[in-house]
Amino acid sequence: MARVLINFPQRAKPGEVIEIKTLIQHSMETGYRLDNKGTTIPRDIINRFTCTYNGEEVFRADLFPAISANPFIAFSTVATVSGELVFSWTDDRGQTQTETRPLSVE
Amino acid sequence: MRVLPTAALGLAATTALAAGIVPEERRSGYDFASPEIRAMQDDDTANPGMLWVSQGEALWAERAGAAGRSCVDCHGDARDSMKGVAARYPAFDGSSARPLDLEQRINQCRSQHQNAAPLPWESGDLLALTAFVAQQSRGLPIAVAADPELAPFSALGEKLFRQREGQLNLSCNQCHDDNWGKRLAGNVIPQAHPTGYPVYRLEWQSLGSLQRRLRNCMTGVRAEPYDYGAPEAVALELYLMERARGMAMDSPAVRP
Repeated sequence: MARVLINFPQRAKPGEVIEIKTLIQHSMETGYRLDNKGTTIPRDIINRFTCTYNGEEVFRADLFPAISANPFIAFSTVATVSGELVFSWTDDRGQTQTETRPLSVE
Repeated sequence: MRVLPTAALGLAATTALAAGIVPEERRSGYDFASPEIRAMQDDDTANPGMLWVSQGEALWAERAGAAGRSCVDCHGDARDSMKGVAARYPAFDGSSARPLDLEQRINQCRSQHQNAAPLPWESGDLLALTAFVAQQSRGLPIAVAADPELAPFSALGEKLFRQREGQLNLSCNQCHDDNWGKRLAGNVIPQAHPTGYPVYRLEWQSLGSLQRRLRNCMTGVRAEPYDYGAPEAVALELYLMERARGMAMDSPAVRP
């Protein structure tokens, strides 16, 4: 399980635009590097990040090898009703990490 | 007799050089970093070093080793017990009669009190614990003990700082005392104050210790780097911390 930091206001008013910041620990191995024996280190990057808000996708990003290790992704969405934000990161090994955070709108 | 004036001159020159950077002119690596990097460090939700801090916080409460004890069991809440601790390291260790840096102190605790295997240098767990402990000293002034037992080690560190080495035949002070603020290739030469270790270095794409940074510089001047944990490396760390005495800690810092 990789370490993840997710930050956004815990409470928001209906219609308010909230900024969501995410940070995940991942080596983002580009596939262009060689190890000390000269063999290519296989590419292993997070290639997709999605965020759903009460089941509806509000943000998605495709990531490519030029993106740094431990990618930081910030985006915004409109708070409508209380519910859950679900974040998921999928890498080249097919591993998906999913995190859920509550948002209260009043 | 003719030798004497020259010797005296030489000594005077050494003393002038030994003065280094005057306290008012000291600046941390943060001051040399770009506004973007500073913003990244200042925002805990964007500072990648915080990933290791949060891992360290989890490890702090995790039982380890044959003793089945966690850091919490002895030290309690790190927010109180570890406040200012990182600012005092390297510190003198009576049992081994030499200074230990924070990483070595954590590993000593592991072997003596937890009966656990020491964590390898630069391993994720050791960096995480060090980062978590160091974060508790954020904003506090560096305050290495004025311990007479540390004096010979600090003197060794200073000697190494001023010793030319490697194929480029450069000493640390030639860049960091005499030419700070100028550029080396595309980068500004900082003053080498270890305020923010372990640091997240963009070049490394990872958190790393002060020893890793020192090895980096030594490889840069094409010298053979000290092994991790070598007495010379710790002496150099000690001298650098004394040189930065009073400057505010900013771990986990972000540097280019």
